[in-house]
Amino acid sequence: MTFIPTSPAETEAMLETVGVKSLDDLFDAVPKKHRFPKLNLPPALTEMEAAAHLSDMASSNENVRQDLVSFLGAGAYNHYVPSVVDHMLRRGEFYTAYTPYQPEISQGTLQAVFEFQSLMANLTGMDVSNASHYDGATATAEAVSLAYAQYRGKRKRIVMSPALHPQYRDVIDTYTQGMGVETVGDEETNLTLSPESLTSYIDENTMIVIVQYPDFLGRIFDYKKIIDEAHAKGALVCVVANPTALLMLKTPGDMGADIVVGEAQPFGIPIWYGGPYLGFFTTKKSYVHKMAGRLVGETMDVRGQRSYVLTLTAREQHIKRERATSNICTNQGLLALAASVYMSVLGKEGLSEVANLCYQKAHYAAKELSKLKGFKLFSSEPFFHEFTLQCPKPASEVNQYLLDHGILGGYDLGNDYPELKNHLLVAVTEMNSKEEIDALVEVLKEM
Amino acid sequence: MSTIIEPTIFELSSPGRRGVRMPASDVPLVDSLPQHLLRSELPLPEIAEVDVVRHYVKLSKLNYSVDEGFYPLGSCTMKYNPKINEDTCRYPGFLFTHPLQPIETVQGNLALMFELQEWLKEISGFAGVTLQPAAGAHGEYTGVLMMAAYHKLRGDTKRTKMLIPDAAHGTNPASVGMMGMQVVTIPSDSRGNVDLTELEKYCDDTVVGMMLTNPNTLGMFDENIEKVIEMVHKCGGLMYGDGANLNALLGIVRPGDLGFDVMHFNLHKTFSVPHGGGGPGCGPVGVSKTLLDFLPSPLVGIIEESEDDETAPFYGFVTPEHSIGRMKAFHGHFGGGMVRAYTYIAMHGPDGLKAISQYAVLNANYLQAKVRGHYKIPFDRICMHEFVAEGRFEGSDVRALDVSKRLMDYGFHPPTNYFPLIVPEALMIEPTETENKDTLDKFADALIKIAEEAKNQPELLHNAPSTTKFGRMDEVKAARELVLCCWLPENYEAMV
Amino acid sequence: MNTPSNLKYAKSDEWFDPASGKVGITDFAQSQLSDIVFVEILVDEGEDVTAGKPIASVESVKASAEIYAPASGKVAKVNKGVVEKPELINSDPFGEAWMIQIDGGVAGDLMDSAAYEKDSASRAH
Ligand SMILES: Cc1ncc(COP(=O)(O)O)c(C=O)c1O
Repeated sequence: MTFIPTSPAETEAMLETVGVKSLDDLFDAVPKKHRFPKLNLPPALTEMEAAAHLSDMASSNENVRQDLVSFLGAGAYNHYVPSVVDHMLRRGEFYTAYTPYQPEISQGTLQAVFEFQSLMANLTGMDVSNASHYDGATATAEAVSLAYAQYRGKRKRIVMSPALHPQYRDVIDTYTQGMGVETVGDEETNLTLSPESLTSYIDENTMIVIVQYPDFLGRIFDYKKIIDEAHAKGALVCVVANPTALLMLKTPGDMGADIVVGEAQPFGIPIWYGGPYLGFFTTKKSYVHKMAGRLVGETMDVRGQRSYVLTLTAREQHIKRERATSNICTNQGLLALAASVYMSVLGKEGLSEVANLCYQKAHYAAKELSKLKGFKLFSSEPFFHEFTLQCPKPASEVNQYLLDHGILGGYDLGNDYPELKNHLLVAVTEMNSKEEIDALVEVLKEM
Repeated sequence: MSTIIEPTIFELSSPGRRGVRMPASDVPLVDSLPQHLLRSELPLPEIAEVDVVRHYVKLSKLNYSVDEGFYPLGSCTMKYNPKINEDTCRYPGFLFTHPLQPIETVQGNLALMFELQEWLKEISGFAGVTLQPAAGAHGEYTGVLMMAAYHKLRGDTKRTKMLIPDAAHGTNPASVGMMGMQVVTIPSDSRGNVDLTELEKYCDDTVVGMMLTNPNTLGMFDENIEKVIEMVHKCGGLMYGDGANLNALLGIVRPGDLGFDVMHFNLHKTFSVPHGGGGPGCGPVGVSKTLLDFLPSPLVGIIEESEDDETAPFYGFVTPEHSIGRMKAFHGHFGGGMVRAYTYIAMHGPDGLKAISQYAVLNANYLQAKVRGHYKIPFDRICMHEFVAEGRFEGSDVRALDVSKRLMDYGFHPPTNYFPLIVPEALMIEPTETENKDTLDKFADALIKIAEEAKNQPELLHNAPSTTKFGRMDEVKAARELVLCCWLPENYEAMV
Repeated sequence: MNTPSNLKYAKSDEWFDPASGKVGITDFAQSQLSDIVFVEILVDEGEDVTAGKPIASVESVKASAEIYAPASGKVAKVNKGVVEKPELINSDPFGEAWMIQIDGGVAGDLMDSAAYEKDSASRAH
């Protein structure tokens, strides 16, 4: 009866009001044969015991703050989260509220989401943002759904860069199983080709072109040309962007992208063994009716006060049902708040400092590592805070050696690209001190 | 011009203000990227830390929440969110582990995931569970994909129809729509059960399966549940259970035992993961043996059994033979979802879980008994964890929405409105097990009083809420003008 | 409720003008849907449409509806004006808010204005 406030006497009184003799009598509609199964679960722990048990489980992991030095990124990044962020998230007024269906008593959530939409649109250089998606991968899959709906299912081709995050490509494959579409471009094994080589796949049947910025191997390309080519064929272009990189880089909006999505975990959300994270979705105003997910719009209440409501809800599943573009209902509300507080409390200058630290440290690491015998950078393209390092041995062996020295080396690209089995994807953020970078270099030197 | 209660974060910004500072770089500096790759401006707010805190604290005070009061939002299970969960999910070992770390360095996480899979299997009577889906709707899509994959593998290609009762949540048909399948709506009968005669008409070899919420969104446990499942199975279809209402069934009955083939859990309803003002949730999916090989990949499994009782087994990831693939990046909502739900289940045990459902159902029936006679209850029998009343009254133009808004004046969050669609002016009331009798009595009194007001002083309802900080909103203005973002003012740099 | 007598009506609340071939939704339909904020025409000029098949989709502040062709034939024209200004459906459902024009349209199973008035009145709430 851990969190049940009702006393035995109250229980009796309530049963009498209902007109049944016992609690079990409430369940006569349940088939007798299966009623009241004996559950084989461990006995209940008190709060004190549960806290100790979970603490044990947590400490049996090796974490990247106390136990390991980490250069692992590949879609989840270890950043500093200012203290204010969690203080705000821990306010029960935010985290114990539901989706703001009743705007009169949900203005806190609604204005916070409106501000999140505004921050993301400003960051990506787009017109509008929705209230969030489950993560970067599902946001990308929803971009495909937008394009599919935009062309009413008449265009059937997805052109996808091979340097789009492999898990994002997997999720798109899963999501599109019922659409009868084809995916081309990502089977290319020559990863040194420029992204413009994708244009040969874009035809009049193409609904969307998907590229990543910086790409999965860390390279920064200006996608303007490919975007123009796609537009010439009537296709939409979705850019999957890293939000920390966008603090420094030319915006995809500036390049003419139609949709900019991505993973906003780097903005105030712990790496948390993979989730929950925060998918963002921004687009041009002309596609807003085809965009999935909740949207907050500004309005006025009967007293003349500026206020906010969920708007264009007739696009969504609860009204449009099987004709809705997406089934999304619950999204990542609280984490959108985390990202907003993160951006607000660091502000323009603080955020630029984060981006610059990432950039500087990654470049220092790349420079030092490529001085080592047998190591060199895979590409001479510009990069931001992640780069591909060619190693003298399989990346799996390098990683094992580093782990023995307390270092998480990077992402083994051989997992997804057999031809890159000697390559590590190395991420460096503001969390990595010069000392840590030097230690990485030192350990590898001795390997 | 409208009055501004709290400026936006952009309006609070002033050029040159600083919040949190980052340390200076400790590495030798390199040149910046070429100009053509850089953004021309970063139009983001500039605010001091104290003002950021005050802004968000002010916003928080404009919200109603479970921590403040009763939140009987039907279908959403707004139970108390135990505070210990907020601590356990933030233990550094959970917070600071990277999803791509070698498995030997995250055995604690994997053990937690494995045990949670096992516990959910035991609670629901299923043969396998994936923790990957992010929310209920994501779980539904996972389930629908598996059902399609199952028929496809058997070469059974003419199955394109999904049977869905008229009372279903919108995510059910939407999940089917995403798959390009056709929805066939099955009506409910006068007792709130699936209409068996209607169901019979559609059970043929074009049926993929049926998506059923049980107890359904009327709060009714289907009295013919075994017959319904038998009929769907007989025509070769699979049975999907929408587990949004599992809070009524813990230790009461296991959907797997009833014959369901697949079901999603909402850990953010049943297992106390907070709703966060819209998310994140966590929507694991359980399957019977039939669909075991189709689960999304990867799952957590035992790679090496333990040698003796003292040591733990070695956990890792496994991929089912006919897996539909990956539903999202990484492994699901580990920290915010799984750790909280694990903590919650660990603190309940078998008896504690059963008590949850007993009291959730008692509370709903108690409220139903108290308001009966004041509100029409279209399906009036012993309900499960929620019930639906009609918010309309003879000779009055008051609607369910007005009743809801008036409840705010009495200090309560309203029930769910206009869902399920089959009840006119629906008020869907779910008290949950964590409310005491006093609260339920006060809420019932308020509802009864409002029913009186609806007849004698309807303007009180039409003008409600009047005691809250905000009144009703102009939704047409929002949709027509479509202001979805704000920006720094045009003359921002010159503002100082 | 306005129900011009020169038009024919479908049970699903579309009107068809046999003289001009224009198609739209009725005054009754727009009042049921309330404030309309989005219209998408699902067929292109030159395309063949069949009576009873979807030709457009509309969304209001609180509802969404699929619009079906009341007649079969070739789409001669699509009204871009109504797509740009969906609120025309509320203000002028039988005039400026026509959606498509069908060439040589063969009407489906349609009612005259009196029958439609009766039918829609029975559905009003
Ligand atoms: C009956 C029912 N099914 C499905 C869902 C969808 O769940 P989620 O919001 O977690 O996607 C909900 C909740 O909103 C629901 O109440």
